Amino acid sequence: MINLRDKGAEVWENQGRAGRVAIAVGGIAIAASLPFMGGTILNTPIADYESVLVYPIAMFVLMAIGLNIVIGKSGLLDLGYVAFFAIGAYTMGLLGTKTGLNTWEILPIGIAMAMFSGIILGVPALKLRGDYLAIVTLGFGEIVRIVALNLGALGRSEGIQGIPTPPGIFGIEYAFDSHRIYYWTLLILILFAIWMVRRLSVRRAGRAWESIRQDEDAAELLGVPTFKYKVWAFVLGASVGGAAGVIYASKTLFIAPDNFTLQISILILACVVFGGMGNIWGVILGAVILGYLPDRIRFLSEARLLVFGLVLVIMMNLRPDGLLPRKKREKALIKKGSS
Amino acid sequence: MRLLPELGLVCLESIHMSEHNLLSIKSLSVSFGGLKALTNVDLDLNQNEVVGLIGPNGAGKTTFFNALSGLVDVSSGTLEINGKSHKWPKPYELIDLGIARTLQGVGLFPELTVLENVMIGANKTAKSGLIASALGLSGSDELRLKQRSMIALERVYTASLADEKAGSLPYPVTKRIAIARALVSEPRILLLDEPAGGLGAQDIEWMNSLIQNLASQCSVILVEHHMDVVMSVCDRLYVLNFGEVIASGDVESVRRDPAVVEAYLGVSH
Repeated sequence: MINLRDKGAEVWENQGRAGRVAIAVGGIAIAASLPFMGGTILNTPIADYESVLVYPIAMFVLMAIGLNIVIGKSGLLDLGYVAFFAIGAYTMGLLGTKTGLNTWEILPIGIAMAMFSGIILGVPALKLRGDYLAIVTLGFGEIVRIVALNLGALGRSEGIQGIPTPPGIFGIEYAFDSHRIYYWTLLILILFAIWMVRRLSVRRAGRAWESIRQDEDAAELLGVPTFKYKVWAFVLGASVGGAAGVIYASKTLFIAPDNFTLQISILILACVVFGGMGNIWGVILGAVILGYLPDRIRFLSEARLLVFGLVLVIMMNLRPDGLLPRKKREKALIKKGSS
Repeated sequence: MRLLPELGLVCLESIHMSEHNLLSIKSLSVSFGGLKALTNVDLDLNQNEVVGLIGPNGAGKTTFFNALSGLVDVSSGTLEINGKSHKWPKPYELIDLGIARTLQGVGLFPELTVLENVMIGANKTAKSGLIASALGLSGSDELRLKQRSMIALERVYTASLADEKAGSLPYPVTKRIAIARALVSEPRILLLDEPAGGLGAQDIEWMNSLIQNLASQCSVILVEHHMDVVMSVCDRLYVLNFGEVIASGDVESVRRDPAVVEAYLGVSH
């Protein structure tokens, strides 16, 4: 089977600056025009196509990019990623209903809260490795949900209702049913996350994460402060999850603990693994497919989850490294100034 | 061969201080539960000296390295570097003390390129932090790391392989790269764990001359099974058996020491 990832990298590397800008602009334009494709084969029967684009697809993509920093880049198995999504969402819910702050003011607060909880979870848990870390993070995800379920201030099982939509900016109004506006907002966040992750992964932090993933002891002996970098990976992953949570709450207007179950963590993990752990384009493709597929085949009603599972099993057998696996062969990172 | 100007300075400086005591370990003991892996080991290392640490399998040579590099807990013992006493370092503090180590086997990151492997070793010399990298402000820092790493690779004649993936290279080459990765942090003390292990005759000879060459730049503690390498590159030897130093001194006297002969060959009664 041809390696699409390497093919893509080859095309990219052979382009000049103008070619690369053209590819990037073209890609963004296609992504941005997706809401207008409702009439085509892409349309989802039964479910509202534009709403599916926002949640799950764009939301999954954003979260998968965040989780990929933790799992794909640094090799830390996090099964409680939904916790950061929930923390972002509840920050929006609580502050949005109790204070006069609007979504754009709460967004940085929600991100900060998620990052802070990333530290709280990461500092004790990241002393563990492998499966033990996975168990602790799984527990954390459940703890956050159960706290939300039991804390009166968070509305218990009723959740929080009447969360305000974002105020309009640049003359664009956010009505709760104008899905495409939310989709474009998420697209901007996704582009920012991609930019951040790409920056990091070709620099020192990326190498440090990569070395930790491949051989933590050797990395430590070479002077890589492994613990610090692992916490950073966690915190950056959490920040993306938190941002997704804030927008989610501001879009659905109503959140409850049931929106933040372990199943979401597992689904996002599936997006990362299915698409190709460690490769951001693979992860995005995986999230798009896994977000889209269940709604595309919704006409199968009860059988659709069966088909969904079958697709996963077949793909994992055919392409165990994911659709677009991480780089098979890396070139030098900085061409200029080589001696 | 091109060397960093600062490397040149280190060399000049060190020639003047050649008898200077760089590392001094007193009565180092390590035990795993009831098993005493090392008992009261003393070891001194002078500037620009190559000291060999030899002994039969299981004598505690690698444990000694692990203790010094913080991978195992030290039960007792003191550590002095450059006349100043230090706590036993954590693994990631080792580089800051001017100590670099190669691992038995190789320990390269197989999915990174040769250059990236070495750049990780140069981490300490980077200035910009994570936030700066995230915002793309660390370009000049990256370039500097890269240049230093290329110099280290040239030192072991592997600069042409910089863009290859470490996992795709033949074993003898990865051994060289592992040394470049240790050298790039400009250590004062280099711990080499079986650098000639698993190499063919030609590569051993090459490694031999490299180690001799290194002594102009830093001090070396060498753990090695190839006795011809040990005998030709080392200034002094320490012989470990069952976790204790049974002999030490210059190569000739150790070679004749009856306790060493007994440990290696057994003795006829």
